[in-house]
Amino acid sequence: MSVTVYVPGDAAALALGADEVAAAIATAAAQRGLKLRIVRNGSRGLFWLEPLVEVATAQGRIAYGPVTAADVPGLFAADFTAGGKHRLRLGDIAAVPYLARQQRVTMHRVGVIDPLSLSDYRAHGGGKGLEIARSLAPAEIVRMVTDSGLRGRGGAAFPTGIKWKTVLDTASAQKYIVCNADEGDSGTFADRMLMEGDPFCLIEGMAIAGLAVGADKGYIYVRSEYPHAIAALNAALDNAGGWLGDFRIEVRKGAGAYVCGEETALLESIEGKRGIVRSKPPLPAISGLFGRPTVINNVITLASVPDILAQGAAYYRDFGVGRSRGTLPFQLAGNVKYGGLIEVPFGCTLRELLYDYGGGSRSGRPLRAVQVGGPLGAYLPESQFDTVLDYEAFAAVGAVLGHGGIVAFDDTVDMARQARYAMKFCAIESCGKCTPCRIGSTRGVEVIDRIRAGATEQIPLLRDLCDTMTAGSLCAMGGMTPYPVLSALNHFPEDFQ
Amino acid sequence: MNTTLNTIFARHQHRDGALLPILHDIQHELGYVPDEAVPLIARALNLSRAEVHGVITYYHHFRRTPPDRHVVHVCCAEACQANGSEALANHAAARLQQGDIAMEPVYCLGLCSIGPAIQIDETTLHARVTPEKFDALIAALGEQS
Ligand SMILES: Cc1cc2nc3c(=O)[nH]c(=O)nc-3n(C[C@H](O)[C@H](O)[C@H](O)COP(=O)(O)O)c2cc1C
Ligand code: SF4
Ligand code: FES
Repeated sequence: MSVTVYVPGDAAALALGADEVAAAIATAAAQRGLKLRIVRNGSRGLFWLEPLVEVATAQGRIAYGPVTAADVPGLFAADFTAGGKHRLRLGDIAAVPYLARQQRVTMHRVGVIDPLSLSDYRAHGGGKGLEIARSLAPAEIVRMVTDSGLRGRGGAAFPTGIKWKTVLDTASAQKYIVCNADEGDSGTFADRMLMEGDPFCLIEGMAIAGLAVGADKGYIYVRSEYPHAIAALNAALDNAGGWLGDFRIEVRKGAGAYVCGEETALLESIEGKRGIVRSKPPLPAISGLFGRPTVINNVITLASVPDILAQGAAYYRDFGVGRSRGTLPFQLAGNVKYGGLIEVPFGCTLRELLYDYGGGSRSGRPLRAVQVGGPLGAYLPESQFDTVLDYEAFAAVGAVLGHGGIVAFDDTVDMARQARYAMKFCAIESCGKCTPCRIGSTRGVEVIDRIRAGATEQIPLLRDLCDTMTAGSLCAMGGMTPYPVLSALNHFPEDFQ
Repeated sequence: MNTTLNTIFARHQHRDGALLPILHDIQHELGYVPDEAVPLIARALNLSRAEVHGVITYYHHFRRTPPDRHVVHVCCAEACQANGSEALANHAAARLQQGDIAMEPVYCLGLCSIGPAIQIDETTLHARVTPEKFDALIAALGEQS
């Protein structure tokens, strides 16, 4: 009988040598005349253990990690294909506390299944949501999504059901489903992991959205920095056969512009234009891609839908706190010992993620500042680490959850420099449509440079500039750059002296 | 060049919003989007030259001149900064000063837990890159060619 070995094909595992490990395992097996099937699964998201190799045995899957190509002969000598003893043996990875304490809902198949096999997907519960959706009226599908309490995971946290209802209620012969897979925020990688590790889940979510609003065409706009995700989606679509019925999906590659994550800039980009933000109204739900009613949602938003259909709205809504329902795949990054993907219901605290999961800093020095929500998110000081992770609690301390990216810095960080970086990033990535963002960010860099050179009397000027950007910008690029800048200034004033 | 372009046009012309897919394919085949291609693209898609030029120059990804033999993208975004990417980028810039390897910043490769991260020639990814590891990767590039 042939043995099945799982070696992740996830981009993070590849960056740590997974291809070399897979090749070494294949070669060693051939030399031994051992029949072996290597599955390139996604990542479980415990990155300090990648490449994480798993073997299917009679006692279940046994994990070894982190494995290098040089470890492979030793693993064979230890009979790892039968789950043998070895210093890298971790046993059942699902029982490791980091994973066991999570509640994986949206990401539950990532790292488990063969991402490109539709039958494996179905064997792990995939496809049920679409089947149920096919038996429902569009309004009933929209109702379930509304009742689940699902809010957009791309950043703005807008209720998904309400967006879908607008598209459903807008008459048009052609409508579109657009998936925002631009994931430009530093510290975020959940979209990438889902697309690489469980692409059928996103595809199913889009097909359900199509049934819900009456759209037969979908686009997935993926950033060019994610070639592996693009390849996985295209391969999955090739393998989908007739599963999607009349619904067609096309993958579009972005071209390195952060602002194309903004939904209207993204639509312009798919249309073949410069990705410049459109003023609203009209909302994309009414006049979106090529002027047609369009649902535009983040990857995780759409990938949450199949489970909501399959398990019921209440199942999903029962996770979470307050108005933040369900789970969020948090992404723990930066200077932490155990960085990775942590999917838990809303309601735990930042400190729990940083210390109970993350194990504190990688450098061994105290953590000093944590940026949550990407480059437009606020920096939180230690005194705010007990903030509960839900949309409202973060808003209450002047911060945002955004896409759930958490980036930790130790005490060597210079917060005036981080503030400068935020302004600089805005200057580089601004679409240029409005003056406060286009010019303000450039002036912002200059003012911070002067402050850092000792001109502290210019701090009020910096605050004025931030006010102008907040009030005068058309989109969150210019409108939210003041979050990292002002939070740095307010919580870490000593770095500006 | 014209045959290449015509093949690419034929592949995408029928699509709605075909410009980005066309530019991607041209850059994939030729390594860059030559200025001479602009009028041809404009004609194929019934756009003005200014529109095509505007799109090429708007996006960071497209280049108008042939790239160096190798391009190394070093992540300069926050999570990598928290793990010392700035020092790595400085080291890389100094290391690559002579020669035909270009260093370009990139803002996040989705490897934010295992930074600093780099990407070489848009194909291979590397994590937890120290200056020593960087030098070894660059040396290996030399041996390949
Ligand atoms: C500058 C900027 C960048 C954004 N980048 C992304 C992104 O990379 N991915 C994403 O899903 N949403 C991004 N958004 C939010 C989108 O505009 C939009 O709110 C989202 O795609 C809606 O989907 P959701 O309701 O499922 O979250 C960005 C917004 C702004 C202003
Ligand atoms: S705020 Fe900036 S990115 Fe947004 S529309 Fe204005 S110029 Fe463009
Ligand atoms: S910040 Fe460098 S890979 Fe994300």
